Amino acid sequence: MLPELSHEEIHRYSRHLLIPDVGLEGQRKLKAASVLVVGTGGLGSPVALYLAAAGIGRIGLVDYDVVDFSNLQRQIIHGESRLGDLKVESARDRLLDLNPEIQVDVYNEFFNSQNAFEIAEPYDIIMDGTDNFPTRYLVNDLCVLTGKPNVYGSIYRFDGQASVFNVDGGPCYRCLFPEPPPPGLVPSCAEGGVLGVLPGTIGTIQATEALKLILGIGEPLIGRLLLYDALDLSFQTVKLQKNPDCKVCGENPEVTELIDYEAFCGVPAHDQEEGSAGEEWDITAQQLASNLESGKALRLIDVREPHELEISHLDGAELIPLGQFASRLSELDSSEEIVLFCKAGTRSIRALEILASAGFKKIKNLKGGINAWAESVDPSLPIY
Amino acid sequence: MPALKIPTPLRPYAGGESTLLLPGEDVAEVLEAAVKSYPELKKHLYNDDGQLRPFVNVFLGEENINQLDGLDTTLEENDTLLIIPSIAGG
Repeated sequence: MLPELSHEEIHRYSRHLLIPDVGLEGQRKLKAASVLVVGTGGLGSPVALYLAAAGIGRIGLVDYDVVDFSNLQRQIIHGESRLGDLKVESARDRLLDLNPEIQVDVYNEFFNSQNAFEIAEPYDIIMDGTDNFPTRYLVNDLCVLTGKPNVYGSIYRFDGQASVFNVDGGPCYRCLFPEPPPPGLVPSCAEGGVLGVLPGTIGTIQATEALKLILGIGEPLIGRLLLYDALDLSFQTVKLQKNPDCKVCGENPEVTELIDYEAFCGVPAHDQEEGSAGEEWDITAQQLASNLESGKALRLIDVREPHELEISHLDGAELIPLGQFASRLSELDSSEEIVLFCKAGTRSIRALEILASAGFKKIKNLKGGINAWAESVDPSLPIY
Repeated sequence: MPALKIPTPLRPYAGGESTLLLPGEDVAEVLEAAVKSYPELKKHLYNDDGQLRPFVNVFLGEENINQLDGLDTTLEENDTLLIIPSIAGG
């Protein structure tokens, strides 16, 4: 039995009710539906806002993070007045302001293999709005193991992807990407950046697909991957096939329960930069400052991209972008003390690994990158 | 010459180019030509055994080359190959 709509709801949703493909029955289906949004960041913001506005009866929000100043360039569900607040609470308040008719459940938790089944249990559809590979594989496997649709979206700089996985015998995320890329090969948005509008485009597509699934209308992106290039302003879809050898949804699955996804991907399940290569390899900003002050001979290598120098730079540093690092090793001498740095210490760790495997020993990573230097040594520099 | 579209995450390893025009009769030759021009692409496309990495998906038009003849898929002059990257941002 579908729930009835009140007069207020009929008024609120009148533009839906006017569409014959939705109508009163469709709107009642939306009211009866429950959707879990994993991540309340760039993608989760438009996803949750549009699902709430559309009248999805029950929305769950999972996130463990707090609202940061650098989120506001794209995470439009949050506002400056909520800086430092839990993202799920900031998002819930915004959703209930938009539509108090709906139920919003919040899970201020790190979504992982231990809690995923329990959190997802009440929901019909899972929206993947995560920002890292481990959680994407977790969401996918969870959906396959529980038979729930996985509405996928992913972004980087100007590129977006969207698809609907695990519906009607269609492929899953692992059919397309059986394995994650090795750690460090694919930069996160925290390292490489993202156009603030991009998650708006991809997130609204995800929300559209969820509504179509619930309403049972149109052609969802099942067995198709949408590719969006914001620079060319081009949309392209390619065909995805179910992989009979898929480790989770194939004929003889090896993955029959949730695994340790951080171990599987070799990276932590968030896109925040740790900035530490371990005590043996790290040098703090203060230590570096006192070494430089005492006149100690060392080469300071900046592995960021050239355009980042305009934001902040360290005097005396030489630029060797990480992408060129392996081919420019001859410019470095293993007898010299070398300190590597980037924005926050992620790319410099990759550079450190390249040098270590080339036999360099007198190498250090500036822990926390130039941002740590700005924070604790030179406050005249901006943090980005 | 067939074209190879380079996804954003791989552009730093392909001289910043978004599309490469490369000689080759089939997918393997075009990818080889790309790696020859831009050696840093190699580790991003191939694993140590010289196989395409499992997360590197190459499409010709709408079709994954795995649904065609894989690396042996023959290419016409004006074909465009697309590498679909694994990206995780959200």
